[in-house]
Amino acid sequence: MSDVVQNGMPGGDARHPHALEKTADRTPDRGAPVLEVDGLVVEHRNRRTGEVFRAVDHVSLRIAAGESVAVVGESGSGKTTLAMAATGLGTRGEGDIRLLGHSLSSVGRKQLRRLRPEAQVVFQDPHGSLDPRQSVRSGLRELRSLQPERTSWIEDTALLERVRLEPSILDRYPHQLSGGQAQRVCIARALLMRPRLIVADEPTSGLDVSVQADVLALLKEIRATTGAALLMISHDLAVVRSVCDVVHVMYHGRVVESGPCETVFARPQNDYTRELLAAMPGARWRSRQ
Amino acid sequence: MTRVSQLELDLKPAEAPRRSKRTSAFWLAVPIAVVAVAVFVLPLTGLLPAAGQDLNATRQPPGFLSGGSWSHPLGTDKLGQDLLTQFIEAGRLTIMIGLVGAVVAIGPGTLLGLLAGYFRGWVDRVISVLIDAQLALPFILVALAIIANRGSSLPVLFLVLALTGWAVCARVTRSATLAIRERQFVLGLRAAGASELRIVFRHILPNLGGTIVALGTLQVGTAILIESALSFLGLGVVPPMNSWGSLLAAGQDELSTAWWIAFFPGFAVTVLVLLVNLLGDAMLTHYDPRKRRR
Amino acid sequence: MKTSPVPPANNVAPPLTKAGMPAVPGGANPAAKNGRSRRAGALRRAAARIAALLASLLIALSMAFMLGRLSGDPTTTILGPMATPEQREALRHELGLDRPLLVQYLDYLKGVFTGDLGQSLQFYQSNTSMIMDRLPFTLQLVAAGMALAILVGVPLGVLAARREGTWWDRAASTVALLGQSVPVFWFGMMLVVLFAVNLGWLPAGQSGTPAHLVLPALTMSVYPMAQIARLTRASMSEALAEPYIDAAKARGILGRRVVWRHAFKNAMMPILTIVVLQTGILLSGAVAVEYVYSWPGLGQLALQAIQFRDFPLVQAIVVFGALVFVLLNLLVDVIHSIVDPRVR
Repeated sequence: MSDVVQNGMPGGDARHPHALEKTADRTPDRGAPVLEVDGLVVEHRNRRTGEVFRAVDHVSLRIAAGESVAVVGESGSGKTTLAMAATGLGTRGEGDIRLLGHSLSSVGRKQLRRLRPEAQVVFQDPHGSLDPRQSVRSGLRELRSLQPERTSWIEDTALLERVRLEPSILDRYPHQLSGGQAQRVCIARALLMRPRLIVADEPTSGLDVSVQADVLALLKEIRATTGAALLMISHDLAVVRSVCDVVHVMYHGRVVESGPCETVFARPQNDYTRELLAAMPGARWRSRQ
Repeated sequence: MTRVSQLELDLKPAEAPRRSKRTSAFWLAVPIAVVAVAVFVLPLTGLLPAAGQDLNATRQPPGFLSGGSWSHPLGTDKLGQDLLTQFIEAGRLTIMIGLVGAVVAIGPGTLLGLLAGYFRGWVDRVISVLIDAQLALPFILVALAIIANRGSSLPVLFLVLALTGWAVCARVTRSATLAIRERQFVLGLRAAGASELRIVFRHILPNLGGTIVALGTLQVGTAILIESALSFLGLGVVPPMNSWGSLLAAGQDELSTAWWIAFFPGFAVTVLVLLVNLLGDAMLTHYDPRKRRR
Repeated sequence: MKTSPVPPANNVAPPLTKAGMPAVPGGANPAAKNGRSRRAGALRRAAARIAALLASLLIALSMAFMLGRLSGDPTTTILGPMATPEQREALRHELGLDRPLLVQYLDYLKGVFTGDLGQSLQFYQSNTSMIMDRLPFTLQLVAAGMALAILVGVPLGVLAARREGTWWDRAASTVALLGQSVPVFWFGMMLVVLFAVNLGWLPAGQSGTPAHLVLPALTMSVYPMAQIARLTRASMSEALAEPYIDAAKARGILGRRVVWRHAFKNAMMPILTIVVLQTGILLSGAVAVEYVYSWPGLGQLALQAIQFRDFPLVQAIVVFGALVFVLLNLLVDVIHSIVDPRVR
């Protein structure tokens, strides 16, 4: 893995080619790694009992630009902890995480703040990811003031158009938005930052079934047009199958099986993966076809 | 019978209590406003009996009691001074002390609670120990000791109110902050490169606004009660200034001969603090962040 | 938060794993790997709690010390403004005030832990013995007041909780809030006017016979009664909303038995906590009530000390109050661990 770093990113510092590029829509530039996770271990300590719980146990994965990778597993398997650690938002844990070649454990606080916008997260609960006291417009304005250079590429109305929202929504507050609308606003906010990596943590499971497909299609389209890598966290195999190329199956903090989506779903090697597939709604119907 | 009423309770629509909370908050604000207007505007109208001694009319009962006259609606004290005029004037100072006393307690209390709840770690540990220490001290005695040291004056009174009130505010703000900092929009802002201070003061604080206003309202009541107790003991507001508490102190020696001197100021404190507490309670339930997770 | 169709699996075997399935390599149960035993966790928590209490006690003691130091020159209080500098110097030496501050502080801490709280400037007596002389009177008052508060407050709170949302609830809650809004000393004064001055049924002040205790205890009970009632209502209505109560309701057995034996048992802990802590506050904080009734307790002693600027005595009473409060806090924790099996 280390040779990849040297080949792909000389020096691995702020002069990284991606960091300088400013065009809005980039052609997918497959191959250059965006996120590399090496032997990550994250432990949580229960404050009450003092017990240590290993949420992520020696996990390694890598995502290249334009690639779409899924991490699946039941709740409590450590997927979200992995995603938070990988974006530098949660407990960092042990092991190496490199975002665009910068090792998160070695960059300083200021650098980390500059690096963070490269990875944007779309959360499960769209209403919880918007400040209830902020209208959509003032939220976007704040993002622009935080990252003036990064966000100047598009106007508010055009941005909303890309996530298929009416401009009239700009003056609404989160509680005046439906779940689907709120999630689109979240995606728009992520998109505004022109991230290299979009982490979608169960982006559809808080939504009505009728809007789930729309949101997924939107994520897919954004990945295709911006060339950003997509890391999808989900327990829903149908979602993963429709969006992702590569899948990692997590169980109790460990990756028990990895591979291209089609291979894993068609010929699961691990028993747990098989169980997951069997538990999928409509699995029996599909297998009969 | 119990079962029927329980069942009825269960069948009530969930929205009902919330709506009644809102209207009740409004109806509570009205009498409070009336009191404030009466105390601040009445003296300007010139309708009140003139201040000043009248040794021919000492210890007169209120107008509605036998032996009283309506020229002194609330009666007179041992020097024949009109009690209504004193009462209104003292009310002004009492309300002012209540408001300022709440602000000086809420300010530092909110700030420390916010920092402890948001940053956790050693900041939280230090502030929490300070809160516990403050709450472990018998606050009345601390107040008395400070006043005995520094003498009775308004700044010392505010210092006492700040010292005795900040810890509770800090504790409530801390737990409310703990609830909000886990919400995902905080992570989202961090991912956008927002600084911690920006998140705390531009996002967490506004979201605590309702809770803080509710806390402040309750603190107004507490401040008025502490002030009246201290003034009653002769350690708060001292002559020539008057608050409802110091009027009470003046009335204590006259209990057997002129009970009304002490009655009205104490009654006014009770009613005002009750209204303020009802309002604060209603707001606190309404704004509790743990009850509105989404 | 609705996350997934699979319920969270912490230490429970995940529903997707079946008996025949081979264990995942090395990751059978991560919690057991580094997890310590429950007992060790409980000990750790107890130690942390005691450390926190001691830390706050130390800060409280230091604050009391500073209050004593900041009070200016006690020699003026004792000798009057006309004393010569030599006289003052001699007195300062005698009182030990010419030593370095740190030495005085350590000496003071040593005194606190050996039960020596210094000497009163006003009475030329040991502060500890004076506090102990007055304590029985205050204890008597607090015990009677607290008993009354519990006897009225708990049923009031239960009544409000059982009829949540009705006029009964509103009336009981308002009475409770009224108890927290009334200046207690004023309430005491009005009791005196009514029962002592006008009706002549009870004595207005001093102590001695049980009749003397009635009005002060009644006055004393108002605030804790209100607190107990409000807390009882809150924790009872929470307990009554628990699923097991619903289950009882569904089986049609929601009567007195369920309310008292199940719900109240669960609501008891917070009530007990507030009773103990409130006792601690009253023990040192009954100044105004004792003043109204000329009750010869600790509060009166504190007031006397302050009026004569007798700072060693003020400081001693503050320290005593803090000690009592911290000890009662500890008591609450001990009761918690005995009553609640989950903490043990």
